[in-house]
Amino acid sequence: MGMTLSEKIFRSHLKDEPFPGTKVLDIDVVMCHEITTPIAVNDLVSRGKDRVFNPEKIKVVIDHVTPAKDTKTALQGKILRDWARRQGIKDFFDIGRNGVCHAIFPEKGFIRPGYTVIMGDSHTCTHGAFGAFAAGVGTTDLEVGILKGVCAFREPRTIRIDINGALPDGVYAKDVILRIIKELTVKGATDCVIEFHGDVVKNMSMESRMTLCNMAIEAGGTSGVCMPDEVTVDYLWPFISAEYKDKAAAVEDFRKWWSDDDCRYERRLSLDVTGMEPQVTYGFKPDEVKGVTEMAGTPVDQVYIGSCTNGRIEDLRVAAAYLKGRTISPLVRGVLSPATPKIFRQADDEGLIRIFMDAGFCVTNPTCGACLGMSNGVIAPGEVCASTTNRNFNGRMGKGGMVHLMSPAVAAVTAIEGKIADPRKYGKGGAV
Amino acid sequence: MKDFGGKVLFLDRSDINTDEIIPAKYLTEISKEALKQHMLEDLKLEGFEPDAPAVRDARVIVTRSNFGCGSSREHAPWVFEVNDINVVIASSFARIFRQNMFNCGMLAIELSEADIDSLFGHAGGDASVSVDFKKNSLTISSEKGSRTLAYRISEFDKALVEAGGWVGFADAKY
Repeated sequence: MGMTLSEKIFRSHLKDEPFPGTKVLDIDVVMCHEITTPIAVNDLVSRGKDRVFNPEKIKVVIDHVTPAKDTKTALQGKILRDWARRQGIKDFFDIGRNGVCHAIFPEKGFIRPGYTVIMGDSHTCTHGAFGAFAAGVGTTDLEVGILKGVCAFREPRTIRIDINGALPDGVYAKDVILRIIKELTVKGATDCVIEFHGDVVKNMSMESRMTLCNMAIEAGGTSGVCMPDEVTVDYLWPFISAEYKDKAAAVEDFRKWWSDDDCRYERRLSLDVTGMEPQVTYGFKPDEVKGVTEMAGTPVDQVYIGSCTNGRIEDLRVAAAYLKGRTISPLVRGVLSPATPKIFRQADDEGLIRIFMDAGFCVTNPTCGACLGMSNGVIAPGEVCASTTNRNFNGRMGKGGMVHLMSPAVAAVTAIEGKIADPRKYGKGGAV
Repeated sequence: MKDFGGKVLFLDRSDINTDEIIPAKYLTEISKEALKQHMLEDLKLEGFEPDAPAVRDARVIVTRSNFGCGSSREHAPWVFEVNDINVVIASSFARIFRQNMFNCGMLAIELSEADIDSLFGHAGGDASVSVDFKKNSLTISSEKGSRTLAYRISEFDKALVEAGGWVGFADAKY
């Protein structure tokens, strides 16, 4: 019997099996941000164990509320900053160099195929796009990760999804994953890894693969994963070129992590995206999804483009293509948060920032803020936000508010019209 | 070990997420105690009042499926812990929330939907649950009578509860 990608990673990282079914793994990367880490740090200090297992394997960013908005958030930043300095953690990204964790850490080349990755953040599943086992954990798991470099898991089962067909114009990775979550439901992948296969995934950029994997947690999944291939190698090449004689050698090496043909899947699904509509959520759960035609015409107060789901350069390019030469509705507030400084600069170099600003968008610094109603775009009770983020929970972007999740393309044309709109009527990539 | 048992708060809904249990705006706190008054503040449930005495007096939560989905925030178990709720009983849990409960030495007990239905049969008045941790069983009592149910818990989760959580367990072993 063959093995899945995550079974191979579990086997190669197994440190202990204290009880049947419980696997304690060595962790390659422990990532930290200022919301879930300070309490772990304080607890380690109070236990007299203020140390880290390996400062080079710990990556730290301040991203949720930045710049600090008040004394409490300033203190969270300070605890993290002081700790990173004290422990000699070199990969610490503070204001001016910081970005949304699940965008900046891959950009820095910290994630490799076959790695184990944990973070006190549920969207850690994003990094499975590189063929890693990447799982969100709570503060206690994070604390043990920091101190010991280990984490305990039940070995996950794997759901395989084959995505084939031709993605229509105006339909993107976000639509695909929303459609999949609708199918799986918000608990359909609990204790499972979701493997994304098929021609559509093979042809996707790393950015799109990260969008897919990012929302695995919204179906309850431990991690989303893609098989590491040429696209993965191209993305990682600046960081791995010294390790391989050429790209083909890296592709060949990464192939060892691929799920075997005869591995066991818990469940298999297939999705043909040919003719699929852009997808939009309508309720307070990410599996409450409809085609955009049914949702079109719903008035919105704010449009938010950003986050670990859809704040990458490709997302900004897509949205800007629709916004170019147009202005957003006077009834709508447009907020763009490029996910990292690199993306921000790139968008500026490509003239995208100007397009957003000319259209009437406010452009903020890279931060998670608005996505979870913490800063930089909180909505008022009764307000509706069209958002490229990942959660539409009750109160998520502000108490009493409503969130509709959608792709950057739908978000852009929604901003133009002031109500949920269909990007397909704007022609290929907004060209009409 | 923590105290397990007491008055029951029935939350008759599936997919209750951690944003509803403790909204993100309170995640700027760096002490667990500061979360206390915000428990279940954004819960979307007909007739639910977060400040009602039945909520404040509760020691056990009984609920439906996929409890604790969404954000990984351990602030969700913590807000229960500082309100002396150390047991949540559901037909299923989201993975991270379930692990966070055991990591804190708290109990996340999974029962079949039929057993959960039978517990909900005690809703409407005062009901309480006692837990026999050694025997893996719990008893619900109300004016409608009492019933004892066996539950299953992994050896690892049981060891975490006995160790008072994962930090103590891991520090002793690794």
